[in-house]
Amino acid sequence: MTSTTTFEKHRESATTRSAVALSINGQRHELELDNRTTLLDTLREHLKLTGSKKGCDLGQCGACTVYINGKRVNACLTLAVMHQDDEITTIEGVGDVEHMDPMQQAFIDNDAFQCGYCTPGQICSAKATLDEIRAGIPSHVTKELTGPIEISDEEIRERMSGNLCRCGAYANILKAINQVAKDQIVKDQVAKERS
Amino acid sequence: MDFNQSADENLFDHARIIGKPHTRVDGALKVTGTAPYAYERHDVVENPLVGYPLGSSIAKGHITRMDATAARNAEGVAAVITTLDIDELPRAESNVAKLFGGDMIEHYHQAIAVVVADTLEQARAATSLIEVEYEEIPGEFDLDDAWKRLQDRDVVSHVGDVDAAFESAEITLDETYYTASQSHAMMEPHATIADWCDGKNMTLWTSNQMIEWTRQALATTFEIDADTIRLESPYIGGGFGGKLWLRADAVLAALGSRETGRPVKVALPRSFIFNNATHRSGTVQRLRIAANRDGRITAFDHAAISHTLPGGSGEDAVNQTRCFYAGENRRVAHHAIDMNLPESADMRAPGEASGLAALEIAMDEMAEKLGMDPVEFRILNDTQVNPEEPSKRYSDRHFVECLRKGAEGFNWSARNTTPGSKREGQWLIGQGMAGAYRGAPTLDSGARVRLSEGRLIVETDMTDIGTGSYTIIAQTAAETMGLEMDDVEVRLGNSAYPAASGSGGQMGAASSTAGVYAACVALQGEITKRLGVESARFESGQVVAGGKRVALRDVAQNEELVGEDTLHFGDFKDELEIGTFAAHFVEVAVHAYTGETRLRRTLSVVDAGRILNPVTARSQVIGGMTMATGAALTEGLNIDSQRGYFTNHDLAGYEIAVHADIPEQEVIFLDTQDGASTPLKAKGVGELGICGGAAAVANAMYNATGIRLRDYPMTLDRMLDRLPGA
Amino acid sequence: MKAFSYERIDDAAQAAARAFEVPGSKFIAGGTNLLDLMKHEIEVPPHLIDITRTGLDDITETGEGGVRIGALVSNTALAANERIRCDYPVLSRALFSGASGQLRNKASTGGNLLQRTRCPYFYDTAMPCNKRAPGAGCAALDEGADTRQLGVIGTSEHCIATHPSDMAVALRVLDAEVETITPQGQTRRLTLDEFYRLPGDTPDVENVLEPGEIITGVVLPAPVGGRQQYYKVRDRASYAFALVSVALIETDDGKGRVALGGVAHKPWRRDEADAELGNGAKAVMAKLLDGARPTDENAYKLTLAERTLAALLAKE
Repeated sequence: MTSTTTFEKHRESATTRSAVALSINGQRHELELDNRTTLLDTLREHLKLTGSKKGCDLGQCGACTVYINGKRVNACLTLAVMHQDDEITTIEGVGDVEHMDPMQQAFIDNDAFQCGYCTPGQICSAKATLDEIRAGIPSHVTKELTGPIEISDEEIRERMSGNLCRCGAYANILKAINQVAKDQIVKDQVAKERS
Repeated sequence: MDFNQSADENLFDHARIIGKPHTRVDGALKVTGTAPYAYERHDVVENPLVGYPLGSSIAKGHITRMDATAARNAEGVAAVITTLDIDELPRAESNVAKLFGGDMIEHYHQAIAVVVADTLEQARAATSLIEVEYEEIPGEFDLDDAWKRLQDRDVVSHVGDVDAAFESAEITLDETYYTASQSHAMMEPHATIADWCDGKNMTLWTSNQMIEWTRQALATTFEIDADTIRLESPYIGGGFGGKLWLRADAVLAALGSRETGRPVKVALPRSFIFNNATHRSGTVQRLRIAANRDGRITAFDHAAISHTLPGGSGEDAVNQTRCFYAGENRRVAHHAIDMNLPESADMRAPGEASGLAALEIAMDEMAEKLGMDPVEFRILNDTQVNPEEPSKRYSDRHFVECLRKGAEGFNWSARNTTPGSKREGQWLIGQGMAGAYRGAPTLDSGARVRLSEGRLIVETDMTDIGTGSYTIIAQTAAETMGLEMDDVEVRLGNSAYPAASGSGGQMGAASSTAGVYAACVALQGEITKRLGVESARFESGQVVAGGKRVALRDVAQNEELVGEDTLHFGDFKDELEIGTFAAHFVEVAVHAYTGETRLRRTLSVVDAGRILNPVTARSQVIGGMTMATGAALTEGLNIDSQRGYFTNHDLAGYEIAVHADIPEQEVIFLDTQDGASTPLKAKGVGELGICGGAAAVANAMYNATGIRLRDYPMTLDRMLDRLPGA
Repeated sequence: MKAFSYERIDDAAQAAARAFEVPGSKFIAGGTNLLDLMKHEIEVPPHLIDITRTGLDDITETGEGGVRIGALVSNTALAANERIRCDYPVLSRALFSGASGQLRNKASTGGNLLQRTRCPYFYDTAMPCNKRAPGAGCAALDEGADTRQLGVIGTSEHCIATHPSDMAVALRVLDAEVETITPQGQTRRLTLDEFYRLPGDTPDVENVLEPGEIITGVVLPAPVGGRQQYYKVRDRASYAFALVSVALIETDDGKGRVALGGVAHKPWRRDEADAELGNGAKAVMAKLLDGARPTDENAYKLTLAERTLAALLAKE
């Protein structure tokens, strides 16, 4: 057994900071960080991108949901220094007040939030939910693992369950996602017909 | 403006904007992540230090020694303030638990130190370097034991002769119900940035539902002049009563700032929300109902117990039983027992949420005993007066209409009336309903409106905790001034603005819009004075008076016109019962083997006066129903009854409802008008949704399984051995 | 979270050797459990070795007709993999029933196996816990403790924690093996039963990994076919740890296998219980849960396990 003192000696003598370059919302950032800094705190504290929220800091609420290389993750449960050259997209990259993403507009249209704190995470997850269904990734509620996956209320609810909303806007969030899903299907059809 | 009698027909009865659906005016900021919450105010403070709290690891006792030397020497640490470093801070009237200072420990995770450092990482790591020694005092933490020991009851009120009524009753019910302690679990933890660098003027950017209360509480706590304190809380990531008070985040941030001479920000770690902040106390409730064979209730006897820290009032679960249903004889008793658990205090519909969870199961049980439809049983026992005080009538009560409309909308008459007999595959299907009541209090509310270039700015210290205040206040101002929504800008949650009701007790919407109306009327007075006319109409952005039309933007050029007033609610209200009512209908599926319970659909029919904005009001109701679903099925703070704390102090252990738990939720507003409530004839809906909702789920579960549960949350282990399986 | 040094090593063998060199080192991949443990200072590694770019993220065919899953394959990628969905559906089902979409995107196969218990006393550093601080005692075994979620079998007087993984329960029923490389460059293959330890008097030692040894992958034997189901019972409908979960494979020859999650310190399976599958859920559980020592608060898990299996067996 190695004694704790050996650990502490290492801790005291070693470098506990690192340089890292991240691409966030298409912009490259070169940072020098305490190794302990989560991606979430990097965004919120170092880059002042406060759209991603901290609800629990333990991966238990989803308010910090962002995309890393196109996949949704909890930014509170990953270290920034691990993401050298990764492409990170936050709610700020999804759309701003002047150029809203259809999902953001759908959230407004359907009153899919109240206090607004979980909202950026919900929106990031909502977009990912539709992408994941389109990519054919099943879920806990998918009836046939190998068949095609329909966009259904049940599928959306299950896939959104990693984003807590204490105000209880779930039913409206579902409507917002369905609105976007419907628009996308119409768009896809139009595009198909044109081609 | 004084509101001394019920409102007659007024402009809100012919509204263009009030009562109409409007999406949230703050929506764009929220969906883009640009609405600034307390901890994120990079715009107001540059590079604040970060404070991180340390919590007590015992529930009751004294700290005998603290050594913060290692923490003080840790990298980046600017200051460590331990609870032994200062005397116990005076408690504001609204604070039961001590917030900081002195050696006494009253509950687990009481804040006992704050480390202030350059970064969160440094501050958090340094807290674990603080050495603490305690002298522990054993406590008692079992509410059911306390209930069983209880000899004399604190009778709150007794009307008629309850004992005699039970003796002569044809049908009686006598059951005991249990509700669990619950956490607000709002998504944004309590957070504050404090600038008290000079030790004189304090500015807090915080997350708080009640600006003026909290400003006064800060003045008491720090023994300073309230005029030296400024609070801003424009966006609040949920409160549900958990942010009504001054809490440790603000106290520790302020202490840290004074100590270091730098702005300091503190967010409570998630675990602190459960054991440092407040919660709703669990209850044990014994409910007896007596009735004649025809279904008329002759007596209610409702006694309840809840826990509190010494000096608090616990969860008053019996209040609604005094007035909701008819019955000549009634007695309620409420016992708040001292326990060194974290502070129990208000959470969404304090009292009623717990009380109706029991009462509305009891009503269902009683209807069954009587062989009556539970809807008809409630209709039969409706009352238009306060049954304790029959001279006091309800100002406007349409509970019966809620029940009838709900039954119709839910297709209640087609339901299966034999519990446990409807099955789809491995699932048992059931339907249930419950009534809901919650008072409609109002508090005096002030506002200021400023007109410049035809644009109106509304300022009030009212808060928006997700309730929609920004939107309904804009609607009120636009309606009153004859402007469009786009002409109005609403600024909230700032102690520099006139004091309003704040957000609590579902009184915010009704009270604050009344205050804004008063301020607009004051501005109208200013405008008519300018124009030299007696009276005027305000429409289409114009003032219409004496056959003339003047655009509002031309009334005063290069000058701002200001109206400020407070709406004072008169005593006449005390002679009336003013309440809100609803009927909830729920369908559930319960797994016949495992007891997993899933909602299938819900309908709530709501009587809450004029609905100011059906979009935001509906969200409040479904949000309440969602929280009620959690209360019914999953939410309960687990108590370690020896160590005296809530063990499941995170969002994985304390299970609030997730997306997959919530089905289609329908809401019907009766859109009544209660002129006795406010000039807008509005009442709150923010707490009504959680009232009775849990019981509706419980009653549906009974209908599905034939197993009557009286113990919340109604998790599968409570019925597993009684379920049919195959 | 205590300060630590950090390096990325893009080769598994080198990472193992380096971990051996720096005592107390931890590997980090998904980080979805390690980081919250570090925030609580339950884990206090002085050095982190980032292995996310070691390339162990393939799912490949083995010579024996089975599949080899790289340790870094994310839970999403594994669950959604065509081959897994078709031939090992119980594994896909178990994975999709765990955590959330976000967590599954990040969590790795190796990390999922190494998840630590969700016992509330393990997670609260103010409480005595033999798993966290050997010899400190076990708060969960004290009077008045909250034990509803805790273990009912294979427990000891030192620890009644459970293993929280869903994936591991499915792997156990599939006879999967864990593949590792030691700091000395040797590879090992261990069945899940061999890999995990029961708490005994050293609940802090959860598996047989040696210092520096790294999980490189998981090997699934050739598909057994049959009807494969995973039933996770939890309080809320999603995003919650199991109260009890059952992984079931019923093969065409009338035989089958069953493993439980949420009841023990490791995925729980016994050959003699498998042999009872033809005789119904009660018979299976009589063998599978023989010797159980539940608390008053979690005795329901015994009933629940039986009923959950019965529900699966009764499914059309």
